[in-house]
Amino acid sequence: MAIEVRIPTILRTYTDGAKAVEGNGSNIGELFTDLDARHPGIAARLLEGGELRRFVNVYLNDEDVRFLEGISTALADGDSVTILPAVAGGSR
Amino acid sequence: MRYDSPLEAVGNTPLVRLPRLSAAVPGNTEGLVSLWAKLEDRNPTGSIKDRPALHMIERAEADGRLTPGCTILEPTSGNTGISLAMAAKLKGYRMVCVMPENTSEERRELLRMWGAEIIPSPAAGGSNTAVRIAKEIAAEHPDWVMLYQYGNPDNAGAHYTGTGPEILADLPTVTHFVAGLGTTGTLMGVGRYLREKVPGVKIVAAEPRYDDLVYGLRNLDEGFVPELYDAEVLTTRFSVGSADAVRRTRELLQQEGIFAGVSTGAILHAAIGVGRKAAAAGERADIVFVVADGGWKYLSTGIYTAESTEAAVEALQGQLWA
Repeated sequence: MAIEVRIPTILRTYTDGAKAVEGNGSNIGELFTDLDARHPGIAARLLEGGELRRFVNVYLNDEDVRFLEGISTALADGDSVTILPAVAGGSR
Repeated sequence: MRYDSPLEAVGNTPLVRLPRLSAAVPGNTEGLVSLWAKLEDRNPTGSIKDRPALHMIERAEADGRLTPGCTILEPTSGNTGISLAMAAKLKGYRMVCVMPENTSEERRELLRMWGAEIIPSPAAGGSNTAVRIAKEIAAEHPDWVMLYQYGNPDNAGAHYTGTGPEILADLPTVTHFVAGLGTTGTLMGVGRYLREKVPGVKIVAAEPRYDDLVYGLRNLDEGFVPELYDAEVLTTRFSVGSADAVRRTRELLQQEGIFAGVSTGAILHAAIGVGRKAAAAGERADIVFVVADGGWKYLSTGIYTAESTEAAVEALQGQLWA
């Protein structure tokens, strides 16, 4: 099962500069475990104590996984996962 | 409608149904889904930010934090600064804005027009850096008043007492409210109000997702979550990239004749997304989304007249558009 994962600039040191990589897993947590096997060290930047780090946002097909099932959110073949740093956003 | 002064004309904006875009929601063959635009560009300075800006100033005046001759300091990527600067000009305060340097020239010109001083912050950190620098300046000038839209409950309060009740009065059948996620004030204020009054109402955030030029140097350990933010108020949250935001901004103009800023395109994209879900489930949906500002401040980007969406997105590279 192939999931496309978009990597923010700050984490591309783990992916040899790649903006997007592929990974496998039936949920977000498994996907991150798989990513860490391919790109050692990356999971520790994303997770802390088995949960997403506070300033890390993860989106499944553009929807924030914190409003789905967090790192237990189920994945299906062809899904797209985007990792982004938290921002002050549209701060107008 | 008649008002005794320009500042009293903040709010009471039109709520308009969008017949063409509603019909075009995928799967909406039975017409169960309607999209409604809350035209916040009709406020005095042309954006939704007139509401929190005026409310924050008036509350600060009422409890004595803001007194004649004061200097107001605020981190802003534009609209809040413009709203505060206008009110400050009329009320006799000095206005200083900390603003990322990668914002449009129109915003800077508007701020200067209202007499505001601008302290530029580096493009790299976007709004996060502007917030940090403003906090440093505030510490150096304890006599300046930072209203601080990211943490001031009166920001959300303006929407709890204004925007929310207006929407419910105009559309008691509202099922969804969709707005941009920046300071989070609009979503927290309207969201809390509607949740109290409308059982099952869904509160949906559209968060801008910029290109790498904007995110480039951001450190994962030094992120920023506005103090106002309470995830419990939201039903869900979408991240909308520049391409979708620009495409929807152009559709809104071409299909419905509404000339809006780019962040509104991102909000519309999320609104259409929840509309599609409702249509697929065979559920009735009255979806209210916020037109945060008009397109005037983004004209120089060329996105409205670009040959294609791709060319328009290219034109927007590296700019903060929300």
